[in-house]
Amino acid sequence: MEWVNAIIQGILVGGLYALFAAGLSLIFGVMRLVNIAHGDFIVAGSYLAWILVRATGLHPLVSLILVIPIAAIFGYVLQMVIFNRTLGKDILPPLLVSFGLSVILQNMLLETFTADSRKLDAGTLETGSFSILPGVAIGYFPLLMFGTAIAVIAGLQYMFYHTALGRSFRATSDDKEIALLMGLDNRKVYAAAMALCLAVVALAGVFLAIRSNFDPFMGPGRLIFGFEAVIIGGLGNLWGTLVGGVILGVAQGLGAEIDPGWQVLAGHIAFLAVLAFRPRGLFPRMT
Amino acid sequence: MAEVLLAIEDLKAAYGDAKALHGVSLTLNKGETLALIGSNGAGKSTLLKCICGLVSNKSGKIGFKGEEISSLLANEIVKRGIALVPEGRRLFPSLSVEENLVLGGKVARKGEWNLNAIYGLFPILKEKRHQPSTALSGGQQQMVAIGRALMSNPELLLLDELSLGLAPIVIKDIYDLLPRIVGGGMSAILVEQDVTRALNSASHFMCLQEGRVSLQGAPHDHSREAITRAYFGT
Amino acid sequence: MDVISRSTRASRIAGVLALVLAMVLIAAPWWGSIATERLIGEFMIYLALASLWNLLAGYTGLVSVGQQAYVGFGAYVLISLALLAGWHPLLAVPVAGIAAALIAIPVAALVFRLQGAYFAIGTWVVAEVFRLVCAQLQVLGGGSGISLPAATMKLLGDSRMWREATIYWLALALGFVSVAVVYGLLRSRIGLALTAIRDNETASVSLGVKIQRVKYAVYVAVAGVTGMIGCLIQLQKGRMSPDAAFSVNDWTAFVIFIVVIGGIGTIEGPIIGTLVYFTLREFLADLGSIYLMILGVLAIVIMLAAPKGIWGFVKDRFGLSLFPTGYRVISKD
Repeated sequence: MEWVNAIIQGILVGGLYALFAAGLSLIFGVMRLVNIAHGDFIVAGSYLAWILVRATGLHPLVSLILVIPIAAIFGYVLQMVIFNRTLGKDILPPLLVSFGLSVILQNMLLETFTADSRKLDAGTLETGSFSILPGVAIGYFPLLMFGTAIAVIAGLQYMFYHTALGRSFRATSDDKEIALLMGLDNRKVYAAAMALCLAVVALAGVFLAIRSNFDPFMGPGRLIFGFEAVIIGGLGNLWGTLVGGVILGVAQGLGAEIDPGWQVLAGHIAFLAVLAFRPRGLFPRMT
Repeated sequence: MAEVLLAIEDLKAAYGDAKALHGVSLTLNKGETLALIGSNGAGKSTLLKCICGLVSNKSGKIGFKGEEISSLLANEIVKRGIALVPEGRRLFPSLSVEENLVLGGKVARKGEWNLNAIYGLFPILKEKRHQPSTALSGGQQQMVAIGRALMSNPELLLLDELSLGLAPIVIKDIYDLLPRIVGGGMSAILVEQDVTRALNSASHFMCLQEGRVSLQGAPHDHSREAITRAYFGT
Repeated sequence: MDVISRSTRASRIAGVLALVLAMVLIAAPWWGSIATERLIGEFMIYLALASLWNLLAGYTGLVSVGQQAYVGFGAYVLISLALLAGWHPLLAVPVAGIAAALIAIPVAALVFRLQGAYFAIGTWVVAEVFRLVCAQLQVLGGGSGISLPAATMKLLGDSRMWREATIYWLALALGFVSVAVVYGLLRSRIGLALTAIRDNETASVSLGVKIQRVKYAVYVAVAGVTGMIGCLIQLQKGRMSPDAAFSVNDWTAFVIFIVVIGGIGTIEGPIIGTLVYFTLREFLADLGSIYLMILGVLAIVIMLAAPKGIWGFVKDRFGLSLFPTGYRVISKD
């Protein structure tokens, strides 16, 4: 029965991993950029929520009303001021700049908040659960997380394929020169994409902070989980990313059942296995 | 009295170190169609791209409706009423036929062209409106490219190598529609490999040879031999 | 008549100076303190890691954020051979190199399926796997690591002076080998191929340059040398936990900063970068995390304003080249 429980918890945490991954996937799709500091921004989102909750006494989930817009604006500015300058044929500048940002962010968080781990308290939502089978409890919060992931991905898909904004993303990513001739300033298109990405990142950060302890150095680990979910699921496919997150979560859960020290390792092994046997992922869409 | 729409003075352009234009000047009046001919690499596409703002490494003056546009970004230039039908079509593969057209209308000015009008001009596109643009034949893609440019209701339409890669009968069909496309007072510059077609479709022509103007004027003012000489630079 | 020359006047002068410098350095155990030897040794380690990373990223286009995998791997090979089989540490070094190169082959087979930045993160994941696996090996100290046994250290030399000197000379040797391997590779046909790939990959494919094979070869060779450096680090530190042996910060982040600041894609860059890094460390390390933030800001500013780094800027401005790899036509008119 513990195995069934492990699998179910793994599926639900897959939702959180999909949230980590969704922004990565979006940015890569629009501008072929991979932000090494992506995980650190998730953690920064956690800290942002923590400050706001302390200052206003709001419930962590309600603080999202402030956290998400702040993160989005920051993303827009970040892209306009820094990342837009790095985009071009060479992959090194964006990679190295985002690496630098990662180091800066981690140490900035360390200096501001110390290395102590913190947590956001969501009250009864966190602890409540219901039982569908004896020995298998489904927490309200993990279920909310999973449901949110589905909603976010559905929302992003709709945006991408049925709105003018999504059209501008697709056109700019296809051919940014001709997109200019359509009146699309690609600097602003990229900035809008990054704003959206950091909004999702901030949401993920708040969920992360409620679910478990967080500290300034958790970023790279979250980046890796998001990345693994993207690769397992298949490039260019947001729903695939959800599946990838679930597979990762389940692999980790099963690994933990064998031995707690094996949790993360089991996820890596699942990722490497997919890389070995299905290098393009399970549901690839990009050529 | 003819109104000057486009006035280019001593335009020089380069891609990296490779110089493409060595000082081209031209004047286009409102309502005129100019045929731009010349062999491969003569600089015809470069000239069109310079007008649209897609070439940054350039010097010289480009005046459109009295405004100096040579230092403007491409997305600003299109708002002023210039549209390009690019060489090789360059449709957006991730967008459907209709999405390509709608995007073309993003900076639409007032005018006769809208989605329905485009479908009226090219009925086959209405049938295929939701298909990915890449699923269409070459000729149909060319129609989408033309329609996309028309959607913004430009005053100056730039057509780059319409016939490239198309079957002769398809080319003929498209050129038969050209009067309807540039009717209604639109001005156009037509870059075309097929010299005969080009000269038949325009009131004026300009021949480029290795980045320089080798001959220009009205088609019937020059002999076949003179044009051939100008084309090949002999 | 024209003559094709491979050296510049600056490089010939530098060559002589380097020879003098080498002799001074080798004699350090006699004129310097153990602390000096350790500092120079550390310098050599970072110089070596930076030169190798530069070869991978700046020349071959393989931006790896996971070289710490081979550093730790080399360290653990040494520990295994020393602890479990009583080997002399200096014998373990070449074995660790070969072992690291061998394990890099299947790793490359996996990670080469990824492109660009995803390749980078993939290499990081592999390093994490290595770390987590080593942390599970109780016989080698598990999560807290284990010290090299005293008996092993005695094999290096009877007195502390000789032990430190031996480690120091090993550091000099590896530093020299790393830079020599990089320089030699870049002057050879492989180097020409790499430059061709870097400048225009599509064109070089059409010219028959077997890109994948070249990339594989470089990646595996670099892994091998990095493994040996890992041994050296283990010898210097005596005891390392898996977290330290496979540390991203120590063996990748700092290395990347060194190469970026010094000048990526140039051979002189890593040398300049290591000098700058150690100078900054000397004055700013007390600031702790603020020091790291400064490094990060510096790397970003250089990437945005002077992407070719300090040496790249100097080279473009003054046409200097201390390690010329190209061909110059000299007109003897």
